[in-house]
Parts: sequence; C-alpha cells; structure tokens
Amino acid sequence: MSDAILALDNVSKTFGRGDNPVYAARSVSFGLHAGRTLALVGESGSGKTTAARLIMREYTPDEGQLLFRGTPLGKANAKALKAYRASVQMVFQDPFAALNPTHTIRYHLERPLRLHQPKLNAKERTAAIEELLTRVKLDPALLMPKYPHELSGGQRQRISIARALAVNPQVIVADEPTSMLDVSVRLGILNLLNDMKAQLGLALLYITHDIATARYVAEDIMVMYAGQIVEWGNTESVLTNPQHPYTRLLLSAVPDPDRRFSDTRFSEELNRIEIIRRQSALPQPETREVAKNHFIRPMPE
Amino acid sequence: MTDPVLSIRNLNIDYIGAEKDFHAVKDVSFDIAPGEFFGLAGESGCGKSTIAFAVSRLHRPPALIRKGSQILVGGRDVLALDDNELRSFRWREVAMVFQSAMNSLNPVLTIETQFYDVLRAHSRISRAEARTRAAELLKLVDISPDRLSSYPHQCSGGMRPRIVIAICLALNPKLLIMDEPTTALDVVVQREILQRIDVLRKELGFSVLFITHDLGLMVQVSDRIGIMLEGELVEVNDAQTIYRTPQHAYTKRLWASMPKLHGEQIREGAQS
Ligand SMILES: Nc1ncnc2c1ncn2[C@@H]1O[C@H](COP(=O)(O)OP(=O)(O)OP(=O)(O)O)[C@@H](O)[C@H]1O
Ligand SMILES: Nc1ncnc2c1ncn2[C@@H]1O[C@H](COP(=O)(O)OP(=O)(O)OP(=O)(O)O)[C@@H](O)[C@H]1O
Ligand SMILES: [Mg+2]
Ligand SMILES: [Mg+2]
Repeated sequence: MSDAILALDNVSKTFGRGDNPVYAARSVSFGLHAGRTLALVGESGSGKTTAARLIMREYTPDEGQLLFRGTPLGKANAKALKAYRASVQMVFQDPFAALNPTHTIRYHLERPLRLHQPKLNAKERTAAIEELLTRVKLDPALLMPKYPHELSGGQRQRISIARALAVNPQVIVADEPTSMLDVSVRLGILNLLNDMKAQLGLALLYITHDIATARYVAEDIMVMYAGQIVEWGNTESVLTNPQHPYTRLLLSAVPDPDRRFSDTRFSEELNRIEIIRRQSALPQPETREVAKNHFIRPMPE
Repeated sequence: MTDPVLSIRNLNIDYIGAEKDFHAVKDVSFDIAPGEFFGLAGESGCGKSTIAFAVSRLHRPPALIRKGSQILVGGRDVLALDDNELRSFRWREVAMVFQSAMNSLNPVLTIETQFYDVLRAHSRISRAEARTRAAELLKLVDISPDRLSSYPHQCSGGMRPRIVIAICLALNPKLLIMDEPTTALDVVVQREILQRIDVLRKELGFSVLFITHDLGLMVQVSDRIGIMLEGELVEVNDAQTIYRTPQHAYTKRLWASMPKLHGEQIREGAQS
C-alpha cells in the first residue's frame, strides 16, 4: 500500500544452507500505517522476531526490500538512514535485559534525548524526561533516581516504552512486550500501547503468540507459519472466520476459558495437526481474498 | 463423598532469612478428590511452587513448614514420613513435573535408562521388563518407542515435557503435580499435551494439581480452581462457577484483565 510509513515488499530471509534451510521469512509483504496496529502472530520459530530484525536492519533481506515512506531503503543515503533509525523504535520482550542495571532511569531517558535533541538545555531535558514518564503513567519524581532492579516488571516495560518514545518515533515494533508480565500488569501495557497509537499517531507492529491480546490492540492481524504469512486482514474477520487450515488449528488450540476441553466441537483440526503443519510449510505463492480486507494463501491441493 | 487424595490444612511456610523471615504460604487449606483436575493460579511470587514442593516433600531450607500445618496424601501424613517411607512415597504416591520440565531430564542418559532408574528403584524389574513398560508409557503420551534409545537433546521441545510426564506416570501415582509444565511451549503443542493428560487421568484415575499463570487455560481444563494472592488462598470453587461468578475482588480483577478471544471485549481501564 502506498500510504504505509514502513513496508516490507516481498522480503525473504533463509538461515542455514544445503539440506537444512530454515525459511524464516518467505515473500513477506505488509505495511505499517500511522495510527494503526498490525499484529503478527504465530508459533515459536515461525519467523516473527526475524520480521522485527529485518525492520531494525539487524538482518538484511536475501530478496525483496524495505520501503520507508515509499522510498526503498537500499537507495537511501546516510542521512536518510539515520532518520530511519530514529523513526523506528523497538520494545523487547524482556524489560530487564533491555535496561542497563548500573544506570538510573533518568540516565536511560536522558541519553536518547541528548542524541536526538542536542539543543535542549539541562532544564528542558529534565522537563522532557518528566513528560515521557508521565506519558507512560509513572511518577517522575519517584522513578527518575531509581535503578532498574528497583522496579516491577510492568514498570520496567513502561520505561522501555518511554525510552522508545524519547526520539519521537513514527513506528514502534513491540516483540512480545507483555509475555513476561503477570496478567494484571499486562493490560496496563496494552492500554498504554493503545493510547500511544491514538495520541501520537504511531504505527505499531505488535508481535505476540497471545492472540487474545492481539485482538485487544490490533485493527489488523497476520498469521505466520514457517516464514510465510498464511492469512491476514481485518482482525475481527480473521479471528471469527478463519479460512486457512493453519489459522484454524492455531485458534482451536489457543487457551479460551469459554471453551471447555471436553467440548470436541472445536478441535477437529487438532486431529490433523501433522498434515496441516506439513501442508502449511509448503510454498503457497497464490493469494486469495476471502472477504473484504481478509486474505489467505491457500494450501496447495 | 470419597476421601480426598490430597488434603491440606492450615499450611504455613516461611522462608527463613538472616534478618527477617518471609511468610510465603499463609494458612492454606484445600482438598483434591480422586481423579480431580485441580488448578492453582495466581501471580508470580504468590507461593504456588512453594506449596507444590511441600506436598512432594521436596522443599529445602530456607523453606520451613510451620508446626500445625498438615498435608495428607491418601490419608497419610506426608510431613511425618521418614527417609525410608519418603522413598516409596515419591513417584508412587506423588510425582511432580517441575517448572522448566524441558530441562529436568538427565542430558547424559538415554530415555530408556531414565525410565529404568525410576522403575528399578521401586520394584524388582529386569532391564527387558523395564523396556516394555517404558514403551507402554511412551505410547500413552503419543511418543514412538523408538525414542527410548535417544538422548534428551535429540528430542524436540514438545517431546521432552511429554517424556517427563510419562516417567512420572511410571509407578501409577495417585497425584500428578505439574508446575507450569508447558509455559515455554507453543499453544498447539501445549494443547496436545494437556488434552492427553486430561484423557489419561480419566483412564488411569490419578488426580492432577496443575499450576499456571494462564488463567484461560486453567478454566478450560480444570474441574476446580484455587486462586492465590500473596501467600493466601483467597477463593476456591469449581471452574465454571469461579469463572462465571467470581466472589473475591482479586479474582474479579484477574478476569477483568484478561482480553477475550471472542465476543464483547473487556472494558478498557482496568487498573495496571
Ligand atoms: N541468526 C540466525 N541464525 C540461524 N537461524 C536463525 C537465526 N535467527 C532466527 N533463526 C531461525 O529462524 C526461525 C525463525 O526464528 P524467529 O526468532 O524469527 O522465530 P519467532 O517466531 O520469533 O519465535 P519465538 O516465538 O520463539 O520468538 C527459527 O527456526 C530460528 O531458529
Ligand atoms: N529460596 C527462597 N528464599 C527466600 N524466598 C523465597 C525462596 N524461594 C521463593 N521465595 C519467595 O517466596 C515467594 C513464593 O515463591 P514461589 O516460587 O512459591 O512463587 P510462585 O507462585 O511459584 O511464582 P512463579 O509464578 O513466579 O513461579 C516469593 O515471594 C519468593 O520470592
Ligand atoms: Mg521471537
Ligand atoms: Mg513457581
């Protein structure tokens, strides 16, 4: 799509060689739009983090390209690349590993501000830090002098988000930002991501294996298996009317308090796990629109 | 009513500290009936694993069980067992799958040897008999007997917890304790394993104490559920009742913070 801030265009990435290639991304295309969240869901090893790393330019695509505001990154000059790096920020799964234990919270937020807005004086910088902490709903006076180990998991994840926001990004890639947090804390972070999107017009890529949380934050969703996006589109449509056998398998296995284990109506796919996995791992080059803004790559017959 | 398999009364456990003791389990009481699937849920640090270790008598200092606490398994006083009795108690009465079951197999022994060690410690059994029994047990968890000669690292991440579970079932325990056995696994694999356990406990008649953070999964699979908060068991009821009509404010808050997969979405603004 043309109005995407950031887009992947037919990107492929393979690890390993010879007899044992791992297809971590296979002809992956999607766009991230201002004020919208796109969820990327799939099982472990399906290629979700690889997509994030391609966006963060930690991996280079074997094939295909990244587009920033319509311009291929391959053709960008140094200045444009620097702008790209500031515009695209990442929030990680483990909020503890992402923070430096020897530095205060103040330091963690001060650094990106110094780099991104060198013209601010000390007083203005402090004001900016206070604003960031308030934005992520933390008490600035209380938090600024603290060290990461003095914070709860939820507070640490809020600091990671504040740090990502410090450089005024346009895109945030959040890779399993809540999977290490307790349920009661999880929702606060999801609400925060929703607020950021609405208030700052950010484009969000939300990576998770927790499909219920994807439904909570994302307008659109992509289901990945073995490096391929097998089904994508409007979240409600994909989740209520899944068309690809793999999506159905995944959805029938997702923990759901409204469906008892003993109720077998929902587990047809669970009897065909091996077949579905094998078929879904094959290349599926075709695309079919199954409903308005809802697509699948049909399995080969 | 039949006698419970597990009966816990006024269980109090402290972690003894240099300066101050930490009261990790506070006056907890509950029962598990024969064949029952009992879920224990609550946030990180609320004391779930501490209870699991005490029930299997695997707790170690600094954990100290206070006087007046009672744990009965099949009517026997677990806290009064001597070393000899403890040997026959473990695996036969209670078997436990630990948090991080992925890593609880011995990396340098074949799967067959690990079965043999458990079987041999409790009954006179030949290597060949043990092999036959191990193959049967693996079949219970949908793993081919070919795997007996494999080492743990040659088995996939989804196979390993299933092997641990099969070893736990080797001596027909009355109670299987599973402490987050599947948290590191894919949902599809997790579903396969738990569905299997659900069928097996109905066939073989053992009870399950299932510990998890995943409230949705817990409601799906458990007969009854206990909710813990900071060392206290704040609510116990059958799964559907506790899900549809929670009584304790904390349980209500937990349900309210769980995004839904279908139907009306939970309301925003539950506190963080
Ligand atoms: N640098 C690398 N070298 C070799 N293989 C890699 C590398 N990075 C990823 N892979 C492989 O690519 C596949 C996709 O990995 P990726 O981390 O993207 O999965 P994921 O969907 O994020 O999984 P998870 O849910 O476990 O985080 C996996 O099989 C992984 O082992
Ligand atoms: N060896 C120990 N020494 C001191 N305190 C401990 C020890 N082990 C656990 N605790 C404390 O006891 C409390 C209960 O711990 P426990 O491991 O039972 O929690 P849990 O409910 O299993 O948590 P999780 O869901 O994270 O596994 C925690 O506050 C923990 O910090
Ligand atoms: Mg990942
Ligand atoms: Mg625990």
